[in-house]
Amino acid sequence: MSTAVTTPLVEASGIVKRYGPTTALADGRLTVLPGESHALVGRNGAGKSTLVTVLTGLQAPDEGTVRFDGEPAPPLADRDAWRSKVACVYQKPTVVPELTVAENLFINRQPLQRGFISWRRLKAQATELLDAWDVRVDPEARTADLKVEDRQMVEIARALSFGARFIVLDEPTAQLDNREIERLFTRMRSLQDSGVTFLFISHHLQEVYEVCQTVTVLRDARWITTAPVADLPRTALVEAMAGESIETIAEQGVQERVVDESAPVLLDARGLTSDAYENVDLTVRRGEVVGLAGSSGSGKIELAESLTGLHTPQRGTAQLDGKPLPFGDVTAALKAGVGCVPRDRHVQGLVVGMTIGDNATLSVLDRLGRYGFVGTDRKRGFATELIERLDIHTEGPEQPVSDLSGGNAQKVVMARALASDPQLLVLINPTAGVDVKSKESLLARVDSAREDGTAVLVVSDELDDLRRCDRVLVLFHGRVAAEYPAGWRDHELIASIEGVDHG
Amino acid sequence: MADTKAPPVTTLSVPGPSSARTVLLRRARELALVPALLLLMVLGAVVNDSFLTERNLISILGASAALAMVVLAESLVLITGKFDLSLESVVGIAPAIGALLVLPAAQSGWGTEFPAALALLAILVVGAVIGAFNGILVVKFKLNAFIVTLAMLIVLRGLLVGATKGKTLFGMPDSFYSLATTTFLNVPMSVWLAAAAFAIAGFVLKYHRVGRALYAIGGNADAARAAGIRVDRVMLGVFVVAGVLASVGGLLQTGYVGAISANQGQNMIFTVFAAAVIGGISLDGGKGTMFGALTGVLLLGVVQNLLTLAQVPSFWIQAIYGGIILVALMIARVTTGRAQD
Repeated sequence: MSTAVTTPLVEASGIVKRYGPTTALADGRLTVLPGESHALVGRNGAGKSTLVTVLTGLQAPDEGTVRFDGEPAPPLADRDAWRSKVACVYQKPTVVPELTVAENLFINRQPLQRGFISWRRLKAQATELLDAWDVRVDPEARTADLKVEDRQMVEIARALSFGARFIVLDEPTAQLDNREIERLFTRMRSLQDSGVTFLFISHHLQEVYEVCQTVTVLRDARWITTAPVADLPRTALVEAMAGESIETIAEQGVQERVVDESAPVLLDARGLTSDAYENVDLTVRRGEVVGLAGSSGSGKIELAESLTGLHTPQRGTAQLDGKPLPFGDVTAALKAGVGCVPRDRHVQGLVVGMTIGDNATLSVLDRLGRYGFVGTDRKRGFATELIERLDIHTEGPEQPVSDLSGGNAQKVVMARALASDPQLLVLINPTAGVDVKSKESLLARVDSAREDGTAVLVVSDELDDLRRCDRVLVLFHGRVAAEYPAGWRDHELIASIEGVDHG
Repeated sequence: MADTKAPPVTTLSVPGPSSARTVLLRRARELALVPALLLLMVLGAVVNDSFLTERNLISILGASAALAMVVLAESLVLITGKFDLSLESVVGIAPAIGALLVLPAAQSGWGTEFPAALALLAILVVGAVIGAFNGILVVKFKLNAFIVTLAMLIVLRGLLVGATKGKTLFGMPDSFYSLATTTFLNVPMSVWLAAAAFAIAGFVLKYHRVGRALYAIGGNADAARAAGIRVDRVMLGVFVVAGVLASVGGLLQTGYVGAISANQGQNMIFTVFAAAVIGGISLDGGKGTMFGALTGVLLLGVVQNLLTLAQVPSFWIQAIYGGIILVALMIARVTTGRAQD
């Protein structure tokens, strides 16, 4: 690791953090030297966020130690001490939107004059602080009106004013466009010259190569390696993130599928454009399963949601089975034959207070009776059929959906998507947070949908989900960056997702 | 927000003219209701000769004083991002308990016959205790403020009816009425009191850390907590202060009416919310000024007065009043340029 000449600014070793039965971090290690920009990378669920909550003193680790400048970390309750050591700029803003920039910089420590706030001095101090770190933001501006990049700089300036010289940036580029990212990097470099140390978390590996000197890789809740960026070629970095063992599994797991090239094109989308993606063409044939991969800001979810009516593209057309598919209208999309498993079952997937039967038949109630009335027996019968078809472990359709485990709850969401016998099935993160057995059973539904001649679009971060696809499209910053027929190797796809093969 | 889609600034903003403009814009929003208020005054002067007389204007102020105190209380709670519906019941029950403590049993009092000063103090204590109770349920027990205070509204209303057996209380010592009856420079003390309360609240909200903490909590409670603000404690304090202010409002109402009926304050909360929202206090928290809230109160007071002067049949007055509130909300929405969510 580091030569013992300089004391590390931050040193975390042997960090273990458990949340109930799940181990979020089994062996977290991090050594950051003063003045460097240190990247922390890993796939979703590798333990990055958990390590950050420990490093910023929001949670105590179950095991392991954190040291700043060689000294043990302050106790959790001493927020002031933590603030003077480390700060994190999250994707979610931690400023008060209605207050001015100046006031946000000095919340609860506004300069006083005879016990009352001196706005003049507050403004002067804010200007001084912003000038000192060369942050060009009007201190009188309403914070809600700031652009994301300026808001981030304000948060950084606030952290610096507490004396912290170690700043964690949690996916700072996710909401920025390319030019803004460049500006952020320029500012990061100049702050680094002034003695600020960064921990940079990003899903985009080319950014790591651009601004960081050292990189730490986490995988499966464990520390894998820490190395100078210059000594770690991209392929080695991707391999460290993906793990070699997975690749061997991949080779055996993927069998070539016979894609019927003559099958009619069912979904034909042309030139789809919105804030999240640009000029995307997408076709899915009858009986074909197409995967959509990409990092969190790639626009893959928005693209899929456009087809289900949850997101409205600004331009472009889509046809389903030769008929135009209306945008921005979930009811119309359902009528046109689109079934959807939305991105988050807790938010859009299930109505928690209702029964399994009610949830499963929610989108097909019009078929179960006339004039808006719903036949109880027919609904019960329909729901029972779905429960059997999807192998949901339950006492019956009357059971509240809140009783179910994650896997079974997700099956209910899948049941609802299949209930309308869709022509196009859009699955967004279909196996997120479910156990292995449920995962297999859910993916088996994809295969049977394919055999029934349904066109399937799978959006997922999980390689296992994508492996079943006949081909996988990779989205990068809203554009289709690559297309892989079935049989791809894991590191190829990951490199493509992270943008290192073409960045 | 409507203005996030503003055209991108091409050059980095330099403090100077642009900052002056944003400050001016914010001021303008604060004063959004003043033109409407002036317009109404002109309208009133044209429609009715007696509108713009000193006597009538003072009577508008006198009639609005109690409402103003409750709007002030509610605004503090709203800025912190919470609700307190039970304030309208405090307006009734706090002075009623004070009255019951002084009145002899023959006048349907409790017969304790407290000295008047002690009874007046008891009124404030009742307000504070109810506020603290609400606050504990909301802050410590993490119950939803809307529904908790709605339940409290009903409970307190019921307690008032029960304690007075539905009768109207009167014959209290003069000190119960003196705020509304004594004047200074021809203006009732109740108006001076309300004005002072608004001035103090406005000053604290602008120039004291505790006041700024209300905005921070209402705007982003997590950020406030991270900045070292004791969010729970401040919130609890706001509920207590709101209870006390509402009980003072109740006392002013008692003085204005000259008695305490079992339904004193009933349905007042709708007017209170209307005045606050028209005045630019956001129901989402973190937004609004005392000056805005005050203009909201005055606007409604003037409208009420105009309707009376115009001799609108009393059966229709509610429908028209409600309609005007709706229109005022729409105008406020347009002039402030932001969604009232």
